[in-house]
Formats: sequence, C-alpha cells, structure tokens
Amino acid sequence: MSSRFRASVLAFAMAALTLGACDREEHHDRAKPLGETVPAGQSPDTIWPGGSSPSPLDPRAKLYDNNAPAIAEGQQLFSQMNCVGCHSHGGGGMGPALMDDEWRYGGRIDQIAASIAEGRPNGMPAWKTKLTSDQIWKLAAYVRSLSGLPSKDAVSSRSEGMSSGTPQTLVSHGNIKNSDTAEQ
Amino acid sequence: MTIRSIVRVGLAPLLLGACQYQHYQSDFGAAAVEDRQFLALFWIFMGVCGFMYALVIVFLIAGVVRSRRAADANVVETGRHHQSSPLMRSTLIGWTALIGVGLAGLAIASFFADRSMARAATGEKLSITVTGNQWWWDVSYDSDDASKTMRTANELHLPVGVPTRIILKSADVIHSFWVPSLNGKQDLIPGRQNDITIVPRKIGIFRGQCAEFCGTQHARMSLVVIVEPYRDFIQWWDHQLQPAPAPTTPLTLAGYQYVTSGACGACHNIGGTPASGTVGPDLTHLASRRSLAAGTMPMSEGNLYGWVEDPQSLKPGVKMPTIGLEPDQLHAVVAYLETLK
Amino acid sequence: MTDIRAGVFEAMPPRERERERVEAENRRLAAERKKIARDGPKLKGERLTARLDATWRRPPGIIGWLATVDHKEIGRRYILTALGFFVLAGILALIMRVQLGSPDNTLIGAERYNQLFSMHGSTMMFLFAVPVMEGVAVYIIPLMLGTRSTAFPRLNAFSYYMYLFGGLMLWIAFVLNMAPDLGWFEYTPLSGPQYSPGKHTDIWAQMVTYTEVAALAAAVVLVCTILKARAPGMTLARMPLFAWAMLVEGVMIIFAMPAVALVTTVLLIPDRLVGTQFFNAAEGGDALLFQHMFWFFGHPEVYIIFLPATGFVSVIVETFCRRPVFAHSVVVLALISTGILSFGLWVHHMFATGLPRVGYSFFTAASMSVSIPTGLQIFCWLATMWDGRPRFQVPMLYVVGFIVTFVIGGLTGVILAAVPLDLQLHDTYFVVGHFHYVLIGGAVFPLLGIFTYWYPKITGRMMDETLGKIGFWLVFIGFHTTFMPMHWMGMLGMPRRVYTYPAGLGLELPNLISTAGAFVLGLGALLFVLNGIVSLYRGAIAGPNPWDAASLEWATSSPPPVYNFEHIPVVESDTPLWDSDGELPVVTGLRVDEKEMLLTTVVAATPDVREPVPQASLWPFISACAVGIVFAASIFSAWAVPFGLIPCGIALIAWFWPKDMKRTPEPVIS
Repeated sequence: MSSRFRASVLAFAMAALTLGACDREEHHDRAKPLGETVPAGQSPDTIWPGGSSPSPLDPRAKLYDNNAPAIAEGQQLFSQMNCVGCHSHGGGGMGPALMDDEWRYGGRIDQIAASIAEGRPNGMPAWKTKLTSDQIWKLAAYVRSLSGLPSKDAVSSRSEGMSSGTPQTLVSHGNIKNSDTAEQ
Repeated sequence: MTIRSIVRVGLAPLLLGACQYQHYQSDFGAAAVEDRQFLALFWIFMGVCGFMYALVIVFLIAGVVRSRRAADANVVETGRHHQSSPLMRSTLIGWTALIGVGLAGLAIASFFADRSMARAATGEKLSITVTGNQWWWDVSYDSDDASKTMRTANELHLPVGVPTRIILKSADVIHSFWVPSLNGKQDLIPGRQNDITIVPRKIGIFRGQCAEFCGTQHARMSLVVIVEPYRDFIQWWDHQLQPAPAPTTPLTLAGYQYVTSGACGACHNIGGTPASGTVGPDLTHLASRRSLAAGTMPMSEGNLYGWVEDPQSLKPGVKMPTIGLEPDQLHAVVAYLETLK
Repeated sequence: MTDIRAGVFEAMPPRERERERVEAENRRLAAERKKIARDGPKLKGERLTARLDATWRRPPGIIGWLATVDHKEIGRRYILTALGFFVLAGILALIMRVQLGSPDNTLIGAERYNQLFSMHGSTMMFLFAVPVMEGVAVYIIPLMLGTRSTAFPRLNAFSYYMYLFGGLMLWIAFVLNMAPDLGWFEYTPLSGPQYSPGKHTDIWAQMVTYTEVAALAAAVVLVCTILKARAPGMTLARMPLFAWAMLVEGVMIIFAMPAVALVTTVLLIPDRLVGTQFFNAAEGGDALLFQHMFWFFGHPEVYIIFLPATGFVSVIVETFCRRPVFAHSVVVLALISTGILSFGLWVHHMFATGLPRVGYSFFTAASMSVSIPTGLQIFCWLATMWDGRPRFQVPMLYVVGFIVTFVIGGLTGVILAAVPLDLQLHDTYFVVGHFHYVLIGGAVFPLLGIFTYWYPKITGRMMDETLGKIGFWLVFIGFHTTFMPMHWMGMLGMPRRVYTYPAGLGLELPNLISTAGAFVLGLGALLFVLNGIVSLYRGAIAGPNPWDAASLEWATSSPPPVYNFEHIPVVESDTPLWDSDGELPVVTGLRVDEKEMLLTTVVAATPDVREPVPQASLWPFISACAVGIVFAASIFSAWAVPFGLIPCGIALIAWFWPKDMKRTPEPVIS
C-alpha cells in the first residue's frame, strides 16, 4: 500500500510542472462589458519625459497572459478582424512587425491591449467601438505570443491554414531583433 | 424547473409551428424520399434480426428447460462428456448457413436501398451550400444568376418534391449535417467538399442538429428546415434577396446607428447597411426566422433581448461576445432587429 | 585428467583429442548436475514446498513489493487498478445521466459535461476494458497452462507500472482542470493546435501511449507464455479455449495498438507541439487521416476487449454444464477468424465522411460477415447447455445474461453495418446503446461471472451466492433499463455527446427511464464490489477445486502457492482434471534452488528447455518511471524526447544486463 502511495507521490511530482494548469486552461467566457475600463491610459513609459516608474499591471492581465484559450481565440480574431491585412502573420507589412522585440507603445499585455483599443498614430485604427474588451485582451495575448513572450505550453504551434512561418511553440523570445522589418 | 419544462414543451411546438411535433426531428418523420427508404430498410432489418434473436432465445430457453429433464446427459458424471449428439452437428451447419443467408440477404437489401436512394437523388434543380461553423450554419442559396444568390443562417427552406443538392463545407472543424426526418447525415469536413441530395415529400417544419462533436456548444448547433410549396418557396427567396428595411421610428433609428457603427457590424452582415462582417451569421432577415442562435431557442422578442444582452449565459463559450449594452441601447438594438423581417 | 592418461591423450589424433575433451567436460557437468536439488520422487511433500517457497518468494518490504515479478501479484494489481478506474468512470456516467435526466438541465455546464463523457469513455476503454482482461489473463494463464511463471516476468511488471502511470496522469489532469474534453477519440482538426488550446488533448494523447505500451508488453508476455510455456502434453488442440482467446487477442494487440500510438504520439502531438501539418488540409494534410488510423486500431480494439470475454464464457460454460464446449475446433476457428476479420472493418465508423460509396460496400459486407464466427460461438455454447446439465449458479447466470444481451448488441451492429441505416443512426444515441450492449453485455457480464468463478482461486474464499444473485438481477435489469431506451432516443433524433437536449422532441421520457436504470445498474455494481470485499473476510473457505472444474488451475491450492505447482502436470486430454481420476500425472526435474520453468514446443508441447526465470528486480519499475517521465514531459517540450532517452537508456541497459544469467537454458534430458 505504501508503494501505491509512493507511486502517487511520483505522479504528483510529475504533475508539479503542471500546477499552473488551472490558469492556463481556464476559459474566461463571461467577458467584461465594453464600457468598463478598456485599458486606456496605459501609456508606454518611453514617451514620458524623463521616464517614470512603470505603471502597475492591469489586474485583468493574468486572466489572459499565458492563457491558452485566450491566445487561441486571439489567433482566430487576428485573421477574422483582418489584422493580417497590415501586420501579415507577424512579419509586418503596412504595419509594423509584431514578432520582433521592439514595441513602440509597450510590450506588456495591457499596453498592447491599449494600443489595439485606442488606435495609434500612422494608421492603427481604434477598435474599442468594434470589439469588446474581452476580445481586445485576447488579441493582445495572441500578439504577445507572436514574439514568443508567453510560456510555450500556452501557445498553439500553428493555425489550420497555410503555413506562416515558425511554429509558435518554437519561436524564441524576440524572434527578429531588427525593428525595421516593417519598412520593406 | 418542471414548470419551465412544461412551458417549453408547450411553447416550442407553437412557436416552431410544427404540426407533427413528435416527429419533426426523428427518423420516423418520413418527410423525404431518403427517410422513407431508410424506414423501409430498417423494418426489413428489424424483421430479420428479430427473427434471429428469437431463434437464439428459444434455443437458450430450451437448453435451460431441457436440463431439468435430461437424466443421462453427455456430462462428466456419466463419463460421456467428450461425446456430442450428431444431430447437433448438422444443426451447427444449418445455423451457419442460416446466418450466412440472412446476412447476405440483408447486405443485398442494403445495396439495393443504397442504389435506389442514389437513383432518386438525381436531377437536382436547386443547389444550396451549407458551411459549418462553430456553432452555427452558414447557408447560401446558389444560382447561376449572381444577383439571385442569397445568404442566410441556421434555417433552410426547401420546395416540396424538388430534388435539392446541398453542398457541405466547413470553416473550422468537422460538423455533420443531419435532419432526421428528411435524410441521413453527412459530415462537413474542412478541406473537403461533400454533398447530399434531399427530395422532400411532406410539407412541414423539421429540425436538424449537428451530429459530429464540434466543441463546447455542439449540443446547441441546430437548424430548422421548412418544406413548403414551390410558390411559397420562391416568394421566400425573393424576399430574402431584399435588403434590410430602413428604420422608421427614432428608436429603431438609434438601434440602426448603434448596430452599424458599433461592434455588431464587425462580425455580422445586414444587407443594404454598412454592417458587412462575414464572421458571424447574416442578420438581414433575422426576425423572420423561427429560431435564434442556431436552434437554441425560439425566435421571440424576449429571447432576442436575452441573446443580445448576454449570449454567454445562454450558450456559454459561443463566439459572440457579451457586449454589455446600456438598457436604452439594448431597447434600441432589439427594436431595430425586430424590424429585420 | 590423470597422469596415466596423459601420454595416451597426446598420442591421439587432433579430432579424437577434441572429442575426448568435450566428453570429459560433459562428464564433469553431469556430475555437477547430479548434485543439484530438483523436484522429483526423492524431494516431495513438505520438504519440496518449503524449498520451492524459499526460492520463489520475493524479497520482503517495499523494495520487494515494487520489484515483484510474480505474475499472480501483478495480475491482482492489474485487476484491482482496473476495477478502481471502472468505479470512477461509472460515477462519471451517473453524473452524466443525472444531467440528461431532464431537458435543458443546468446541473452540469457544457464544458464540464464534455470533460465527463471524454473521461468516462477514455477511462473505460483504455484504463479498464483492455487492462482488466490482460490482468485476469496474466493471473490465470500460467496456472491454466500448468507452468510456474509467465514468459518475460519483468516485462510483465513494467507493463503494469506503465499502465498505472498513464491512468494516474489522466486522472490527476482531471483534478487539475486539464481533462480532455473532446471525446474518447478526439477527431482532428478539433483536437488540432488551433481548436484545442492548452494541454488537455496532449494529456489524452500521451495517456493512450502509456496504455498502448503497457498493452503491447502484456500481449507479448501472454503470447509467448501461451505458445511456449504450456504443460507437457497440452497440445494446441488440448489447450483451453480461454488460452486460445488470449492468444488471438495478444496477436491482435500487437498489430492494432501501434496504429493508435502512431496517430497520437507521432502525428497528433507533433502537430500540436512543433507545427507539423499532418492534419492540416491547407498544407497538404488530411483531417481524415486521423480517423483512418484511429479506427484501424479502434475496431480491432473492441474485439480485443470481446475475445477474452468469449474465453470467459467458454470456461464458465464448460464447468457449469459439466462437459467441454461443443465443437471445440469450431470455436477455435471462430476466434481466429474474428481476430483476422476485425482488421478489415474500420471504415464502418466513417460512413458519413463522404468517401467513395463503392468502398463502403466492401466494409458493409465485411462488417456483417464478422458476426458469423461469433454467431457460431454462441451456437456452440447453447449446444453445450443443451447437451450438458447446467447448474445456474452466479457465473452461469452472467453467461445467460451475456447471451441475452450481447446478441441484441450484435444485431444492432448488423443494422449499423448497412450504409443507408448507418447514415441516420451514426453519432446518435442508437450507437451509444449498441456499443454499451456489446461492451457491457459482451464483456462486463462475462467479466463479473469470471470474477465470481475465479475469486475462490485468487483469494481462497467463495463469494456469497445470494448477494451474487441479487447483484446479478440488479445489474441485468438496471442495464436493460438504462440502455434499451437509447436506441429509441437515437431514432428520435438525439445525437451523441450533447450536454442537454430541448424539450418537445419526445426525448424526455426515454432519458428519464435511462437515468433511473443507471442508478439500478450502479447499485448492482456496488453490491458486487461489496460482495467482493465482504467475502474476503466472511466467505466460505474454498478448497483447490470448489466448482469441480476441469482445467489445470484447479489442480493447485486456493490461493496458489507462489511457485504455482509442486510438480509440473502432464496433460492427456482437454479436460485434465476430469479425466485423471484424482491423480494427475506430473513431470519432475525442475530445480528447486533456482527459479526455473519448463518450456515446451509450440504445437505438440513436448518438453523442450528448462528456462531460468529472472529474480525480482527493481529495474522494470525504474524503467517505467523513466519512460513515464519522458512521455509526460514531452507533452510540454519536444526536448524531452532526446534528453529523456538518456535515463531510459540507462534504465533499460541495467535491466537487460545479463547478471542473472549465470548459466544458459538447459535442454531437457529425458
């Protein structure tokens, strides 16, 4: 009997890797209404004169960052809302590349969500009237996965369409160092 | 709970207007040539299989009963446990022959039924493309004349007696198109194009359901098929080609403005308005449909309110987000949607 | 060599010298061999059993418990673990039935329900049905064949640990909210990387790998034991029908299981982990590839579950009708042909996918023809009852229940084999009814009967007869009440895998009846388990042969000693205990100071080789841990595979290091 227990302990040790499983796998379907604080005001630090301490992370971030269903839904929204039209599958085109490690307006998930919601100069439309904040956060989670920032066990390797570059699970952090890939 | 079930049992057939409500989603509906042939073949199989089963049971009972009377059976006590009755050997051969003949007969009946269904499914005059999505049906009526092609969702109208070809595609995962009263099912597989042909024979309203597990809300991916006379069908088609009516009251105007400029237009298409998203179902004639959210509930004002306000509580996991409208926005939007007949 | 002979030796020509040297060596070995203690006329009775016990007993304590290679201990563990999973999956089923008891029920949400039916199906198919059959066989086959051990006992132990780890991984994942939720066969592209985010599908895929490796290992053990380790004189023609069933089943496992391991581990997990395109139509893959490969395994799988059950029925019918099964060779041929034919049926699971109709006709014909051998078996059992004198104790009741139930399932299977009928009934509750009829009626009923039958052999006590009869009737009535309405529900339009259904379709009443029946069935199962537990302490003590049966496992005590038999029996008919008039002939000559078993030839079972049997060893457990960790870690990272090969390699090398083989197997000198 005690060896049965030992076997279970062993199995639990194996599963220790997966203790983060709950959060990774959780579906957050009951979305926050659009009217609620869309992540506005999360201005990236670099454009404040003199710099300042980074603003606190929005508490909703942990619901979406490293959340596998959120990243997968974000992937679908990315093509459905035609983000690929400007950003391609992360390599950029008319819009900047999303798979590099240069973030003009901040690379934290709440900063990316703010960029999507508010729009940005030089052509990024404001989506906050078109998408709910839940959808925006999911897109932000997916965008982060394009440059390999979330943990690998939360991203899916590829989409069910034509192949578009390195599988997400094999992308290393900050795939492309050169930030000028957008200007091709 | 029970009262709600009773109310639903009463309301559902009323709202869906089905005359034979026990059979509007059942193999016994016999509303199309295909289902009738299914039923004929099914009863043949049941007859033969029932007969074989009866033989087995009779043999079993006889063996049980006989044991009580057998005084000198071939058993170890009498030392004759290695012997067997020679009659039994011949019966074994007869049994094998009977099974073989029975199965061969059933297989031949099956082939004939299959061929007969295939022969009936020729000369299609109508072509519809159904694309399965998680968890709704994108329906498009095809025509050689491009101005006559029409898109709707979750509801099919078929003219009675006209062979109709339904082309089956999938936008995401494997689904299965199944209207039991009309036809057997066929899968919608991404990357492949399947098709079935239906020849409806009975006028009425029938319900179908997705029959291949396709994710969280597979259970709520249903569709309504209305079989009607040819004249009514053409009338319906022509009506579907019309763009959405313009709003006339201030409330519906406010709803129109919200719908076309807000989040709704990002996913839904309403003909004749700026809302032209293709991600979700076409809403041009939403209010004329009999059910909402792919058969999840009957179409009604109350259900529209509930659905627009919070789809996630009615069909958790569905792709349509809960937007969280203000009450007056909600009134305006629903008022506008109600005009989309 | 003495000095006197030295000069003579040098004078011999070289060939003669060589021969002389060999003969001298042989004389030396023969002298040594004479000193070895062997069982036989000189060493018998208590002195023999004491020495055999000392030799065959495993080391005490935890290490010994983990290191055991005794097939009886491993078989018991298999059975108990499988029964544990059966109870867990049964509880899930009861929860599902409560949810479906009324329309539009909100007891269980969609996601949770999807997890429930996926866990229920996966647990029942992968963690209960096949392992319990293998467990019973691992326990009883060496006893039934009259030998001291299985072949490859360490592989046997490894197989159990792999199975346990796979099952634990799946259920721990369930607790951690990582349960698979796409059914027990998770079709692509729903199970692909885009539509199934997270790791729950990978957990399912790897659980399949664990259980597949375990099943393969156990199958190899069983096939080799059955072919090579039978008692002398037990020709293939005299071999019991249960051994035939396990032989065919083992070969089927060897051919079928690699297909599912391939499709989950080599195709699906790489698609999800490293972005291969096997199932992506846009890049040249095909979603249907998964279905073909899965069902190429999946259809033989159900016969892998069913054939041992037919073996159980043959065993029970023989003992309780007091005569061997009618037309023994016909039953054997039926087993073999079922095994072969079952590999040609798999497309009948795919009739709705739009493949060419001509191909479908072939599979309709094949699916119908596979019922012919089974129909023959049923005739043979019924003829045995007709010709014999059946006693209706609990095991025989389960056999009658099996016949009444399984034939219904087989006939609904014939209905489903016809394409026009299948297109209406596929993926509906009709199919759910069908497969529960063949799986519960065809496998679980015989299993419950055989537990009652072999319980005295395993534990030394009889199960309570009255409790057993009540349990049987509860199970029988509960089962039919639960699953017969499902055929009706399917024809009324209720698809499979739905967490709820709308009111107004006529589904309310059949679902309610089905739910009520499920609780009766659960009660019956509970009563059976209680009977098993209570009888351990209060059951009547059983002698070596309480049922007065004919096969060799009843020739030794209940429970058997760790070395199985004092002397290896010799078999002269297919019902040895009935034909030997109380005194079974034996062969003598196996060593008592080391573990040794007798191998015989494949067909005629003449004694062939005395094979050393390995000592208890921890390496199977350690290897299972290493392999298990590699499998689990590869869910998260592909690097686990190359890096994990190192500890696996070390463990396997240590296992196979020939340290136990002090001497080579010795030919039998008659």
